[in-house]
Amino acid sequence: MTRRGEIFEGIVHGIFLILGLLTVGCVLLITIYLVAAGIPAIAEIGIVEFLFGTEWAPTSSEPSYGILAFILTSVWGMAGALIIGVPVGFFTAIFVSKFAPAKLKAAIESVVNLLAGIPSVIYGLIGMTVLIPAIRTIFGVANGATLLAAIIVLSVMILPNVISQSVTALDAVPSEYEEASLALGATPTETYFKVSAPAAKSGIAAAVALGMGRAAGEAMAVMMVAGNVANMPSLFSSVRFLTTAIASEMSYASGLRREALFSIGLVLFLFIMLINATLNFFLKGKSKKR
Amino acid sequence: MMKKIISVMLAAALAALALVSCGTSGGDEDTTAGSGTNGGSDTTTAASETVSGTVTTNGSTSMEKVIGSLGEAFEALYDGVTVEYSATGSGSGIQAVIDGTCEIGLSSRALTDDEVAEGLTGTVIAYDAIAVIVDTSNTVTSLTLDEIASIFKGEITNWSELGGEDAEIVVIGREAGSGTRGGFEEIVGVEDECDYDQELTSTGDVITSVSTTPGAIGYASLASVSDSVTTVTVDGVYPSEDTVLDETYAIVRPFVFVTKTDATLSTVAETFFNWATTSEDAKTLISNAGAVPVS
Repeated sequence: MTRRGEIFEGIVHGIFLILGLLTVGCVLLITIYLVAAGIPAIAEIGIVEFLFGTEWAPTSSEPSYGILAFILTSVWGMAGALIIGVPVGFFTAIFVSKFAPAKLKAAIESVVNLLAGIPSVIYGLIGMTVLIPAIRTIFGVANGATLLAAIIVLSVMILPNVISQSVTALDAVPSEYEEASLALGATPTETYFKVSAPAAKSGIAAAVALGMGRAAGEAMAVMMVAGNVANMPSLFSSVRFLTTAIASEMSYASGLRREALFSIGLVLFLFIMLINATLNFFLKGKSKKR
Repeated sequence: MMKKIISVMLAAALAALALVSCGTSGGDEDTTAGSGTNGGSDTTTAASETVSGTVTTNGSTSMEKVIGSLGEAFEALYDGVTVEYSATGSGSGIQAVIDGTCEIGLSSRALTDDEVAEGLTGTVIAYDAIAVIVDTSNTVTSLTLDEIASIFKGEITNWSELGGEDAEIVVIGREAGSGTRGGFEEIVGVEDECDYDQELTSTGDVITSVSTTPGAIGYASLASVSDSVTTVTVDGVYPSEDTVLDETYAIVRPFVFVTKTDATLSTVAETFFNWATTSEDAKTLISNAGAVPVS
């Protein structure tokens, strides 16, 4: 290698290193800031009262800052979205990966990608104008802006993550597995569910974890359909998520209330970190097997 | 991958379109505000060379429309003057004056005795009526203040109790901290007692949600209320400029300029303050922005 070539290589390496460190720096900065901004309010309110208090009334004459309702709503919302979104996504993925002819597969995959590209505010808008009136008519409730509406919107929003990750995992299953199964007399359906799906299970688990992350972190669409009242979660009541609690109050908040919103941010951050750790766990499991 | 790029580009194109349309409507407002002031501003143009700098205002989000049009017109009147406005909420605006981070605080409620004791002066520039709105199919179009309080506290839950159809009442309000919510709850006497079905983050959201939800009731600044909802009479009085001025409409809150009592304003801020509180142009602008100027 010539001298000039070495210098060029060195410069390129340097640039990549700086860019890499920049990303790491951003994550560190956000983490440190959130912890620093979130701890004081928790200390002042008391961690038990903050995490397990059921009443959120920051503007009341005797303010209370309990976020249990937000935490449970986020958990229920996420769980509900997974209950609807994962089966639909999983079966779609099996169809796309194993049954669909090449042209149809390409068509479905591009539609799924388009679904991933739709901004969340559009999901919220359609939820607000179509879904909420529909829930009102179908279930005969007066107020359609409920946890159920949020769950339905979220389950559609996580579909692209679940489908495309699962398809990748299913496509990567070695064809010898399936051929062997078919040669032993299993039908295609038996083969796909009893051989391909188990072989791709770590990838599918990663898809589910990715969907969980998306559902837990969504704010805009949820804010438009969930009604935003700090109630304990139930399917037909108006609820507020961790994300929407921050988004809807930040512009007005000051003092302890503002700090408490940062603390909610910290809780949400830890929540998402936990989901990411789960995701990494499954992905590592996958790479070890290969 | 290519498909994904195309979908992203489509989304970007849509966003760009939306931006363009916003820009156009903003431009229209500019021209109307400009022509409105050119009409009677002969007396003030002479002073325009002597005043320059920035007027910092901070506070109520409900006053956005009023302060926005006043600011634009004032900037058009004097070269090199900027009127800054931070929409932070009445409480933050008052605090900002105490801290000295802004010259004129904006509050959509009257100052408390404690705040006056801290050395603040409130000057009412306009009044704003908070309209109580229901969806257009509702047959109940007249409520008393007590009935409104009972509805928002969750004591009355069905329109049939008020002589309407048998439909559950859906109570729609604003998020905690909103000036409109604060003003409404204080005047109706339901502070911290409201039992909402939906808490939305803007006046527009409340109006849209009320208009599309049968059996809904909500509240919004009168300036923003459109034909898509029915405005009910409160104690038999329909909110309008006249009923606000003769004090017969109950749910009215003031728009207040907050200043320090013992400190003098900078020249530019004082010019703005005097112009906004006394000139006929400012009254027309306030009126056009949907509030009722002090006469």
